[in-house]
Amino acid sequence: MMSTTDIRTIAIAAVAIGVCALLPLVDQGYWLSIGVSIAMFTVLATSWALFSGPTHYISLATAAFFGIGTYVTGSFYESVSFWLLLPAAAIVGGLLAGIVGLATLRLSGVYFVIFTLGLAELVRQVITWAQNMTGHRGTYVLLDFGSRSVEEVIYWTLLGLAAIVYLAGWLIGRSRLGFALRIIGDDEEVARHSGINTARAKVLLFMVPGAVAAATGAALAPRYVYIEPALAFTPLLSFQVVIMALLGGAGRLWGPLVGVIPFTLLWEVISATFPNQTTLLLGAAFLVIVYVLPRGFVGLLERARARAGGGA
Amino acid sequence: MDILITGLLLGGTYALIAMGLNLQYGIARIMNLANGEILVAGGFAAFWMYTAGQTSPYLTIFVLAPVAFAVNWLIYVVMLRPLVKRAKSRGQLEVDAILSTFGLSFVGVGLMLAAFGGDYFNYSYLATPVTIFGDNFGLNRIASFIAAAILCAALYLWLNRSRAGMSIRAIAVSPESARLVGIDVARLSAFAFALGGAVTAVGGALLSAYLTLDASTGVIFTLKALIIVIMGGVGDVRGTIVAALLLGVIETLVASLIDPGLTLAAAYALFILILLFRPRGLFGRGAA
Repeated sequence: MMSTTDIRTIAIAAVAIGVCALLPLVDQGYWLSIGVSIAMFTVLATSWALFSGPTHYISLATAAFFGIGTYVTGSFYESVSFWLLLPAAAIVGGLLAGIVGLATLRLSGVYFVIFTLGLAELVRQVITWAQNMTGHRGTYVLLDFGSRSVEEVIYWTLLGLAAIVYLAGWLIGRSRLGFALRIIGDDEEVARHSGINTARAKVLLFMVPGAVAAATGAALAPRYVYIEPALAFTPLLSFQVVIMALLGGAGRLWGPLVGVIPFTLLWEVISATFPNQTTLLLGAAFLVIVYVLPRGFVGLLERARARAGGGA
Repeated sequence: MDILITGLLLGGTYALIAMGLNLQYGIARIMNLANGEILVAGGFAAFWMYTAGQTSPYLTIFVLAPVAFAVNWLIYVVMLRPLVKRAKSRGQLEVDAILSTFGLSFVGVGLMLAAFGGDYFNYSYLATPVTIFGDNFGLNRIASFIAAAILCAALYLWLNRSRAGMSIRAIAVSPESARLVGIDVARLSAFAFALGGAVTAVGGALLSAYLTLDASTGVIFTLKALIIVIMGGVGDVRGTIVAALLLGVIETLVASLIDPGLTLAAAYALFILILLFRPRGLFGRGAA
């Protein structure tokens, strides 16, 4: 059943995405490339928070799924349509996430963090090794979208993905699975006693960010033109996604977006002016999240609103 | 034979590093993901002492250990104790510790990059060959292995024979009950964390005698140490040593027989098998 507020929320979201879609008509250069970055991180961070928000499991696997997605496009774009490669990458990413989840999600959160931390490096080493065996080095991705620029097409694709992620998040939040996950996040023991198959729920949900990150990687492959393992599996990506999602607040569907926009802009400025200090920025961001903003900007806003409400 | 000995020599130093992490995670309950950066910093110190003052890395460790102890003690008291205090559950502390030590790790890499640049660094010390069973091994590898073995043995004896060691093992088993029998958990946690950091830094100095390091390799060592700790069982010294030697041998095996680029992949394959079949560690009982 949809209430009037639901319909209003969906209408507002649709209008907001529609307005964002107009960006390439205004600027084709710097701002469009910033727009692509923001859209990309919005998709990645929001789908990350769908899993990690309720379960409190910190996944650092984004780069692994993303890299696999870029390789799906890089390997098959000559024979298969670009638009079919996106769902194909999503399926591959989802399946891999399922396997990783089955191996690690039965255990405590620490094992999961450690495993995902090295996953991108693991896949990178295997792909590099396979390429050395077959004599390949990198792969060129040269796609042509007719009258539209590659950047424009990627931007609209990412907006489409963002719409799908928000819709999925909204539907999961209303479903039995979403309800089960909220209980697991509060107390896994209680969840298990009330008959919830906690491992299955976690594995199922972990497949969502896996599939989304792979599709995002597949969509961004044409932007890189030349794909090689070190570029496709950059571990930095996983950390950026975690920071943005937590900075915004992983407890709300729109939370990560609040973190993505300021952090992407800050990242652009810092990497343009002090290219060697980006690791320091990442470190500082983690410390700020733990010590200053444990619930993100969303928590800050909600506290401010509660105080204003209490005073009135 | 050649592979087995090289692997065991590497594994000996791994054991020391993993022991450092095990003290921090098993007793202080902090999953320290900045562990690898402490290791690289220890390596840097040895490198700097050797190039600037021709000091042997095996002497540097006597200065390095107290300094690293003090630095890690400060890190624990200033940054991590507030997290321990505010945490309502073990799970929350885990998440907070992971995020804040990630922060520390990145800050560490950033500072080391700023101070030393992004170059690889190594130095040549005791690079004379020694023949064991007909194969040649660098004397530096053997010296580092012996130093690591002595330290591991000392730690093992201390943990098992002394009163302080027993209190520390009691905390590893159950922090709540340890408090009830009059053990100062807060003070000993800080001590264990600092000791773990000192052990890790010394391990880094020993590794630097024969391995090439750079400012951003820390995370690889963190991962290996974590895999060893999980494989050996949290808080289990004997398991840690066996797991470290095993990892050293398997890594050397894969590097020399298949491809040197696959060492982490090999460590991971081992990790997956452990997670699937022995999630409590090699010698652990029951389910996780």
